[in-house]
Amino acid sequence: MNEPRVIALAGNPNVGKSTLFNGLTGMRQHTGNWPGKTVSAARGLCRTGGEPVYLVDIPGAYSLWAQSAEEEAALENVCFGGADAVLVVCAAASLERNLNLVYQIIEAKDKVAVCVNLLDEAEKQGIFVDLEALSRHLGVPVTGACARDGKGLKQALAVALGAINQPPHPRRALYPEPIERAAAQLEVLLPEEMRQWVQPRFAALRLLEGDGLFLRLLRQRVAIDASVMQAAEKARAELSLSRQGVSSLLVEGIYHAAEDACQKAVKTPAQPWDKALRADRLLTGFRGVPVMLLLLALVFYLTIRGANAPSEWLSRGFEALGTAADGLLQHLGASAFLRGLIVEGVLAALGKVISVMLPPMAIFFPLFTLLEDSGYLPRIAFTLDGLFERCRACGKQALTMCMGLGCNAVGVTGCRIIDSPRERLIAILTNSLMPCNGRFPLLITVAAVFFGGGGAASSALLLAGLIGLSAGMTLLLSRLLSATVLRGLPSAYTLELPPYRVPRIGQVIVRSVLDRTLFVLGRAAAVAAPAGLVIFLLSRVSVAGSTLLSYLTGFLDPLGRFMGLDGVILTGFLLGFPANEIVLPLILLAYGAEGGWNMPGDISSLGNILRAHGWTGLTALNVMLFSLFHFPCSTTLITVYKETKSGKWTLLALLLPLALGVILCALTNGIAIFF
Amino acid sequence: MRDLSTLPLGRSGRVLCLRAGEGMGRRLMDLGFTPGARASCVLAAPGDGMRAYRVRGAVIALRRREARTVILEGDNHE
Ligand SMILES: Nc1nc2c(ncn2[C@@H]2O[C@H](COP(=O)(O)OP(=O)(O)OP(=O)(O)O)[C@@H](O)[C@H]2O)c(=O)[nH]1
Ligand SMILES: [Mg+2]
Repeated sequence: MNEPRVIALAGNPNVGKSTLFNGLTGMRQHTGNWPGKTVSAARGLCRTGGEPVYLVDIPGAYSLWAQSAEEEAALENVCFGGADAVLVVCAAASLERNLNLVYQIIEAKDKVAVCVNLLDEAEKQGIFVDLEALSRHLGVPVTGACARDGKGLKQALAVALGAINQPPHPRRALYPEPIERAAAQLEVLLPEEMRQWVQPRFAALRLLEGDGLFLRLLRQRVAIDASVMQAAEKARAELSLSRQGVSSLLVEGIYHAAEDACQKAVKTPAQPWDKALRADRLLTGFRGVPVMLLLLALVFYLTIRGANAPSEWLSRGFEALGTAADGLLQHLGASAFLRGLIVEGVLAALGKVISVMLPPMAIFFPLFTLLEDSGYLPRIAFTLDGLFERCRACGKQALTMCMGLGCNAVGVTGCRIIDSPRERLIAILTNSLMPCNGRFPLLITVAAVFFGGGGAASSALLLAGLIGLSAGMTLLLSRLLSATVLRGLPSAYTLELPPYRVPRIGQVIVRSVLDRTLFVLGRAAAVAAPAGLVIFLLSRVSVAGSTLLSYLTGFLDPLGRFMGLDGVILTGFLLGFPANEIVLPLILLAYGAEGGWNMPGDISSLGNILRAHGWTGLTALNVMLFSLFHFPCSTTLITVYKETKSGKWTLLALLLPLALGVILCALTNGIAIFF
Repeated sequence: MRDLSTLPLGRSGRVLCLRAGEGMGRRLMDLGFTPGARASCVLAAPGDGMRAYRVRGAVIALRRREARTVILEGDNHE
């Protein structure tokens, strides 16, 4: 048996590469309607055709002249990934721009095929692509697809395989005569073994324009004489052009070819289609910010309203389960201690976490994914960029903050879309200031108990306000970082606003429940069970007349009081380090351990318990503030370390929000005492 | 001289040349802002915020500072 063939999926950002990949491999690469969703390459086996084939899903790139980590990954995969063929996925509605990358790739490689995706979207805008004419013009096989609806997937695979078996003869873009001549002279100086990676003319052109990154990657694989580099310098001097000058001529040459191709193969309406612009003017203009907050509040409203009843059912179910388990254990002759350990420790913690977490998550994640799929998130970045610029940060940070609302670890990884290292670090360090989904249950519950006079609507508005506060603090700290440890000016960047796309609701729900909700829930449950055990043991093991739990909470109490909290609350946050979801359940368990086990089922009895333990409106406010601003969970910190490869930055990512939380809580507490 | 940043909302112009530095200049060209390309201003964020331009079928948002580096032909906007 031969090794399976490898086909790399390249293309501009947000053209449906991952969707195509998922459709062919049955895998679940995350997709989303914004440029930069995929940040590292993934490989999957596809058995749809006759022979099994490996597909590689590559992050999107505008150009092989890489300007970000993802584009570097794309360049490396296309030129040096060892794929047998490259399938370039294009967006039909902006084909001219997409052809820039196509022309670059066919310059580098012979075995290339093109898949024009999003044909449905183009058709809606009155744009029609003549695939055959395009194929004739490019000299490589071209096929069309609607990857989201599963149309054209097999043909795309077939043309890519076809390009392996019958290497096409691409018709490459031509450049001004002096450039071509210089490139031809450099070409002959290049070693033969380079052909296994890229075409000699491609390498010669990169030498001529001095594409440092490409040359570095090339020289890691092929020995290139210093004399060749000098020859390139000399050729440039003879052309009396700078590197940038050569570069410009090359891009212009490619766009001339692309214009030519589109003239022959694409039919566009005289007036560009701009129905969507009307929606955009509403969502991004002056009204953009209030509309954004209202949308956020709506998402929370639906989450809170929808989660109430199921939460109560689950909570009652677990109560019944606990009673039954207790009876069974008694029947089996288990000791009271063991029964307590299992029922009051492990089961109680699990039950609380699941009943408090599962319903809001199962509603929030799909709603959020719908927003993500619609293309709204980049509009948020667009609207808010002015604020970020003033704080010397990147508007794309708003995108990573949105991802952080789902999960801070995901948000931190998502910071790879920010090209400037300084601005990326700022976004990483401040990401956990946005409350992740795991903190919503605490915020929602506490808000409902203490400030919930107006029901779900007022809780939702309060929560949206808290997110606003988080965003404000993120901006403030970003500015602060820019003035201190990460000094610098805002760097240039570009942001593509993708077309609005109607999400596939059914799939969104299934995906987000299965992929995200259950995953996060599993992680939380895995942490909750041992944490419940620890609390139980701490509350039962006594030394010198007091339980270990009371020692711990007593020890933390002064600090807690200083911040308007108490020792139990801080204990909950500390033990909740592995997963924020379990903080409130742990606090309740710890209170329960102090004053006999009673499981609050509904909001009012929960409120009574908390008030019985001295909570006031101020305590509730500070708990919410501290939940917004404390140390990131362990998963997030590990991710920060992975992304920054630096203990120092990881420590700062821990201390920054913690310091902010301590200061804010102490401040509100101090003000309250003072007046 | 006209540049992208002065292009009023809803108007379009033709790119004459670019004045950005090496990295950003190349990026703008790769996104389609090459000499001769037509760009129209389609969206504006509040205040002095970003503006979005339709160029070669895609919508690209730029900050003022970057938009100023894209010089437009003549001074008649269609
Ligand atoms: N209307 C329509 N939408 C599509 C089609 N293919 C993909 N999409 C949508 O386009 C968006 C982007 O798809 P992705 O697969 O994430 O794109 P990508 O090329 O992997 O993007 P990056 O990873 O950011 O480079 C998603 O919201 C998809 O649902 C299609 O054929 N028609
Ligand atoms: Mg992708």
